[in-house]
Amino acid sequence: MNKYTERLYNGVIKENPTFVLMLGMCPTLAVTSSAINGLGMGLSTMVVLICSNLLISLFRKVIPNGVRMPAYIVIVASLVTVVQFLMAAYLPSLSKALGVYIPLIVVNCIILGRAESYASKNGPVESIFDGIGMGLGFTIGLTIIGLIRELLGAGTFFNMPFLSAIEGFTPITIFIMAPGAFLVLAFLVAGMNIIRKKMAAKGKPLAEPAGCLSGDCAHCGQSAMCTGKSAAAGKTADSAKQE
Amino acid sequence: MSEKYQVSSSPHVRAKDSTSRIMLYVIIALLPASLFGIWNFGLRALMLILVTIASCVVSEWVFDKIVHKKNSLPDLSAVVTGLLLALNLPVSLPWWEAVIGGVFSIVIVKMLFGGLGQNFMNPALGGRCFLLIAFAADMTNFNASRYEAYSGATPLGMIRNEGLSSVNVMDMLTGKISGTIGETSVIAILIGAIILILLGVINLRIPASYIVTFALFMFVFGAQRFDVTYVVAQLCGGGLMLGAFFMATDYVTSPVTPMGQIIFGICCGLLTGIFRCFGANAEGVSFAIILSNLLVPIIEKITVPRAFGVVKEAKKNE
Repeated sequence: MNKYTERLYNGVIKENPTFVLMLGMCPTLAVTSSAINGLGMGLSTMVVLICSNLLISLFRKVIPNGVRMPAYIVIVASLVTVVQFLMAAYLPSLSKALGVYIPLIVVNCIILGRAESYASKNGPVESIFDGIGMGLGFTIGLTIIGLIRELLGAGTFFNMPFLSAIEGFTPITIFIMAPGAFLVLAFLVAGMNIIRKKMAAKGKPLAEPAGCLSGDCAHCGQSAMCTGKSAAAGKTADSAKQE
Repeated sequence: MSEKYQVSSSPHVRAKDSTSRIMLYVIIALLPASLFGIWNFGLRALMLILVTIASCVVSEWVFDKIVHKKNSLPDLSAVVTGLLLALNLPVSLPWWEAVIGGVFSIVIVKMLFGGLGQNFMNPALGGRCFLLIAFAADMTNFNASRYEAYSGATPLGMIRNEGLSSVNVMDMLTGKISGTIGETSVIAILIGAIILILLGVINLRIPASYIVTFALFMFVFGAQRFDVTYVVAQLCGGGLMLGAFFMATDYVTSPVTPMGQIIFGICCGLLTGIFRCFGANAEGVSFAIILSNLLVPIIEKITVPRAFGVVKEAKKNE
């Protein structure tokens, strides 16, 4: 596996932002009432993520360390503005459905997290692949949640009649409402935890959740803010707790 | 449980009370309301009760199998949950929706949190509220009543929309009204409640503080203020009696401290009153009780009784 496919594998499976890292929960819960919304949100985040990773990686030697956060925010906010206007112009219905969550991509912690922990330390090409991998992971996560919620809550599959075509089908409307988002996410994360156990047993552990990006505290950009670190051993917050 | 606590060899007094025995008492106490519901709504009510109980029992058994837990069916709590849930459903509800409600109650509200004793919310009420949000139209369809005069709306809805004169308070007391299967007859529920109190399964703290708070609230803030008939109609209508005696008193989801139980009852009463007076629906008992369930840890924390011989911090400093 070369380092580019490794980045893709990392983003989609090993450090999947939705099910493993648990980053970006706000859009995950709020906009996934249908598969299209989830897909749209995931793709727009992915576009922003790829471009921001590329730009931040290119400018990583120019941006002074002390003001890196404002600099990242400026870059991300400019990109989000572009995406927002493009969407309003060419996909007005999706833009309406996602509403305020498009501008909120600016503060999506996946984007800042990748900028901090990857793009600011690696070259532009790797950073692009990191963006693609993470973006794909996020898109897949949101689309799956949206798909399940739409199927159960409205009986449709990407807005096409599916279960609702069956005579006498009553949609379980709670699933397209807020509680349904929590229920579906909880079950998918539980499923992911089963996979996590199996992967750990095979010797290929997934990343730890709760925002720990690498488990390597000594080299983590967020170590200054992190409360659960054990810097000396470079262990993750969870394994430190267990001891 | 009994294996875990046999620690010493001395002769011990062994109480007859066990989880399964208490659950059996609750089932017996629910029989009057169930039988009245079946008489009132016909054999479909019996079918719905059996289907709901079966879905609860089967889902608990399957869950125990999947997670390799000891079979927890003998404690009968799944049967109680199923029966309570069924008594909270309208008789016209499609059977498969009742099955979903039963599975939700047992698997999500109870077993996923660790089984009986660990659930943070009354499983039957959790299931009912899930169904109420998921299948709002079916859960509020009361057209199947045999009493023509009341078909289509529960007395609570009629009081809300057409005023107090549209209902007969005597019928609400005996149960000749539309509503969910088990909530209609106040008399049948009170017979069950008296059985529970005489057997020592529940005490009056929660139900009494619940009902008194609610009655006072309705007396002062209700649509017809300071009208005793209105308060009596509100007390007899909807799931208030069933909720106060059978759901709010659930051991797992109510406080253990005596003071806490009274506070819990007051919380339930206030919330029910607020929901019925100012909410979008005519009924609010189930949401009031599950919201109060969530407050139980805080209530218990502030009402921990002082241990014998321990002096309060403030007094010691004086």
